[in-house]
Amino acid sequence: MNFPAELKYSKDHEWVKTIDETTALVGITDFAQSELGDLVFINLPQEGDEVTAGESFCDVESVKAVSDVMSPVTGVIEEVNAVLEDEPQLLNEDPYGAWIAKIKDISAFGELMAADEYEAFVQK
Amino acid sequence: MKLIFEKGAPGQHLTLMPPCDVPEVTLANPRTEPLDLPHVSETELTRHYSALAKRVHGVNDGFYPLGSCTMKYNPKINEEMAALPGFAQIHPLQPEETVQGCLEVLHESEKLLCEITGMDGMTFQPAAGAHGEFTGLLLIKAYHAHRDGPARTKIIVPDSAHGTNPASAVMAGFSVVNIPSGEDGCVDVDALRAAVGPDTAGLMLTNPNTVGIFDKNILEITRIVHEAGGLCYYDGANLNAVMGVVRPGDMGFDVIHLNLHKTFSTPHGGGGPGSGAVGCKEFLRQYLPGPVVVKDCEGYHFTKPEHSIGRMKDFYGNFLVVVRALAYVLTLGREGIPEAAKNAVLNANYMRKLLSEKYTMAYAGPCMHEFVMTLQDLKDATGCSAMDIAKGLLDHGIHPPTMYFPLIVHEALMIEPTETESQETMDEVCGVFLHLWDVAHNDPDVLHNAPTKTPVRRLDEVGAARNPVLRYTEE
Repeated sequence: MNFPAELKYSKDHEWVKTIDETTALVGITDFAQSELGDLVFINLPQEGDEVTAGESFCDVESVKAVSDVMSPVTGVIEEVNAVLEDEPQLLNEDPYGAWIAKIKDISAFGELMAADEYEAFVQK
Repeated sequence: MKLIFEKGAPGQHLTLMPPCDVPEVTLANPRTEPLDLPHVSETELTRHYSALAKRVHGVNDGFYPLGSCTMKYNPKINEEMAALPGFAQIHPLQPEETVQGCLEVLHESEKLLCEITGMDGMTFQPAAGAHGEFTGLLLIKAYHAHRDGPARTKIIVPDSAHGTNPASAVMAGFSVVNIPSGEDGCVDVDALRAAVGPDTAGLMLTNPNTVGIFDKNILEITRIVHEAGGLCYYDGANLNAVMGVVRPGDMGFDVIHLNLHKTFSTPHGGGGPGSGAVGCKEFLRQYLPGPVVVKDCEGYHFTKPEHSIGRMKDFYGNFLVVVRALAYVLTLGREGIPEAAKNAVLNANYMRKLLSEKYTMAYAGPCMHEFVMTLQDLKDATGCSAMDIAKGLLDHGIHPPTMYFPLIVHEALMIEPTETESQETMDEVCGVFLHLWDVAHNDPDVLHNAPTKTPVRRLDEVGAARNPVLRYTEE
């Protein structure tokens, strides 16, 4: 399982890639996609939506179940990765390339872990 | 197997139609293209449906322990009653005085099912469970709107609930507040207390809950919701465990739905028809969908409640399903109804005990009418998942239990044998389960490749969900 060192991770299994102090890309981790199984649908947020750290901002659907994706930061959706609507399998195939949303005006970050901390967290 | 459209040839058709005895008319805008209908003879049509029927697995073919679905046997006397010409050969627009027997069925069913559930009034319009949930929530909404109090917009749903509960709440215009379950799978009373407030419209709950456990705090739970000004909705999916033993009305519920097609032994699976009858306490009867049946000295009549939320379905719901349910209730009677519930609980505990020899139970026992196993440890040890075991069961002629539900249990299998299975059948089925546990350890590939004896092998569920083909086209 892959845990890129340049990313931060939440305990809800989302990753954060900071672009500058108030902007970041977010997505789901390799661990999350392997637990969820093959994803068949994503319900993306809308540009301009205000999101809060620790609260659901999007949901993904596998053959088994629909699961909420929790926002790792508080901010405003600047852009969504619309290609995932047609190709949700990218979340499985390339979880760190398949960013879900770009979030701007970030006012707070949730509790985030470094790669090695997150790796230890999921192995528990 | 070929589709009906791919069979036959132009010119083949059924037996001759009788001569037309009504005047022919020409439509203002007739179709220009002929309808694309199958061209098959009656022989070929019959064979087609027989071939389809042979590929189906129903409760008449074998064990069908689909948790939370109550796949009990449907006694044939129900079918006999529903086929009586006075019930089957009527028209929904017939004058009331010519269908008094049918109205009596609705009235009598309402009375008996209200007695079983502790309710005061009932509608049979909803076509199935989720439709019943939607109807019940509209009653709650009408009640709050009528009282003109603070805006009550939130419905509380525990995280173990059926997915239809939050979906119905959203459909009815509420927002959903999810509350966590405790370690025993029951409602976390402190979390509930923290969640209620002046915006609480109500709570939706099943009891016994989706992990097959009777919530011992039920009176406190309904009291907390009532004290906050909300109403309590009972999802009747699991009524089979307690029917005739305890009543949702006595637990503090104000509105319920029953799945007549589960608990009251009318056929289901494969799309219906079902019946999601909705019962309510006296103070909500004024909002029930119309028409409802009332009785006076002249007989039975249809009437519309004073502040009715309106129709939920055309005419009176799936009437013949109600006939079957009434036949079931009258056949079992006052002693038989609770006896059925107690045997459902006994059977589930019997299987639970036998399977505990090798499988890990998700919650400490005993259970009610169903139980949940977690196969996470089996998967970790052997690589065989709940899905693999389920597919292995198919090769033994057994319908798999409910899989991957409830979502709070990893690698879940949820088993509900119902009261209509014999001890011998359960012994045999448990033998298969225990055998498959050994196969998982000794030869896991057998399970990874299962099923091998079914008409189709393992289906590409992901492909079907990502690229659904919903319509037949010639290409």
